[in-house]
Amino acid sequence: MTLLQKRSAAPQPAMRRRWFKRAAPAAIALAGVFAFWECYARLSGISALTLPPPSQVVAQAWAHRQDLLANAIPTLRATLFGFCLSLAAAFLLSVVVDFSTILRRALFPVFIISQTLPLVAIAPLVVLWFGFGLTPKILLVALVTFFPMLVALAQGYAATEKELEELLASMGASRWKRFWLARLPSAMPYLFAGLRISITYAVVGAIFAEYAGAAEGLGIYILNAKNNFRSGLVLAAVGVSSLLTLALFGLTIICQRFLVPWTAGSAAADHQRGGQ
Amino acid sequence: MSDVLLKLNGVCLRYGALEVLSDVSLSVKPGEFVSIVGPSGAGKSTILKVLTGAAQADAGTIEFDGKAPGRNDGLFAFMPQRDALMPWRRILDNVTLGLEVQNIGRREARRRVEALMDEFGLTGFERHYPAALSGGMRQRAALLRTVVMERPMLLLDEPFGALDALTRNRMQRWIEGMWLKHRWTALLVTHDIREAVMLSDRIYVLSPRPARVAEIFDIPLPRPRLRDETARARAASIEGAILDMLFSTQEGPAT
Repeated sequence: MTLLQKRSAAPQPAMRRRWFKRAAPAAIALAGVFAFWECYARLSGISALTLPPPSQVVAQAWAHRQDLLANAIPTLRATLFGFCLSLAAAFLLSVVVDFSTILRRALFPVFIISQTLPLVAIAPLVVLWFGFGLTPKILLVALVTFFPMLVALAQGYAATEKELEELLASMGASRWKRFWLARLPSAMPYLFAGLRISITYAVVGAIFAEYAGAAEGLGIYILNAKNNFRSGLVLAAVGVSSLLTLALFGLTIICQRFLVPWTAGSAAADHQRGGQ
Repeated sequence: MSDVLLKLNGVCLRYGALEVLSDVSLSVKPGEFVSIVGPSGAGKSTILKVLTGAAQADAGTIEFDGKAPGRNDGLFAFMPQRDALMPWRRILDNVTLGLEVQNIGRREARRRVEALMDEFGLTGFERHYPAALSGGMRQRAALLRTVVMERPMLLLDEPFGALDALTRNRMQRWIEGMWLKHRWTALLVTHDIREAVMLSDRIYVLSPRPARVAEIFDIPLPRPRLRDETARARAASIEGAILDMLFSTQEGPAT
């Protein structure tokens, strides 16, 4: 009760303090890594061509910001298109395998085999087949991202409370209605868990595809920088791809807040999950 | 025949090798509140499943208003154990679920529900998610979702089993009042014998699995019972008789 009153009386500072408490350890850890790297690069006598200190990487990133941005945009485009294709495919396939046991038995092994293919070997082939344009990138991003989402959806459907389906059946709901009203919403928290895993693969997948052959993009930028012995620029591009991934990761969390507010890690939802 | 609404005659059911219902016969008249009590695992809930169509009887007959009920006749409004509220729907959308399934328009569904919100003590919580409600309120919402379907008969599967003792008592008083007003025809499954005695016109006591009706108790007490001292005392003695009967039929030590 007192906690509630306190919170409602002064929500802003309390929330800021809580946020700070959660973010501070991560910030300190990250700062520590960079400080160590900076000291090591400066004091060990290692060549800046081999390992530039982070301050120098940042300086080079700033100096080449226009190039980096120009190459980040195609990568982001490939990532988002590939991810959308992947999400659509994962959703459609999840519905198909949810409704048909035979298709589930037929298709799941195929999906699993698709995840055993080494990307290093597949990426150049896909580029060979589909050219240097957007298509091979989209396909490769989709290949590396669709499986976690598909598995998450299938798991989510299976985790639907049996009582909900019994209730709907007693109301006279068809199989489709039960899917739409109970199974699909039940799978949403699972989908977002899968989404967060997938999105971390997505940018890496796009860069890999570009690495195998592209006219523009962070992947080809990294390849060129490496061939010119510009380690600083390689690391700068790596940093940009990292930031892209983090931004997309953050976006999924925001989407979850808005689209499925009952799951978004609210105290009430946590309490309920703990209570059941 | 028309004075009996629901009639089960010699219903048997087995899941594979497990015989769950061996011979269940019971009847419910219009406006009656009938309870089924019995040891846990006896198959009480299975009887409701047979009625909702979630399970198929292997033998015996079921008659509703003199006819065999069809799968989609919409005869029973079922309230499952726990509340089965959907955590992703606000209370208002949870209680209109049954109407939505029956393709009743959203506006019409809300109009029907809103007329009852107050009586069910849910006014002001329409926009809340179930997680924000207390156990008693969630149970009232689940009951509202059930009765608003306006089906001829309610099937209540241990509706208050998950509540703490005090809340359960309050809910029983409340539902007694509601029943006196609306006179729903209801079949209640419960393991709480006191609850059954307080609410029912008649109680069917099941034997341990495989279930058959071991004894039928008519409860001729005047209502409301939960607020009346003498009714409570007489109810307690009936409760004792049912408990004695239950324990005497159980072979071996109670579990």
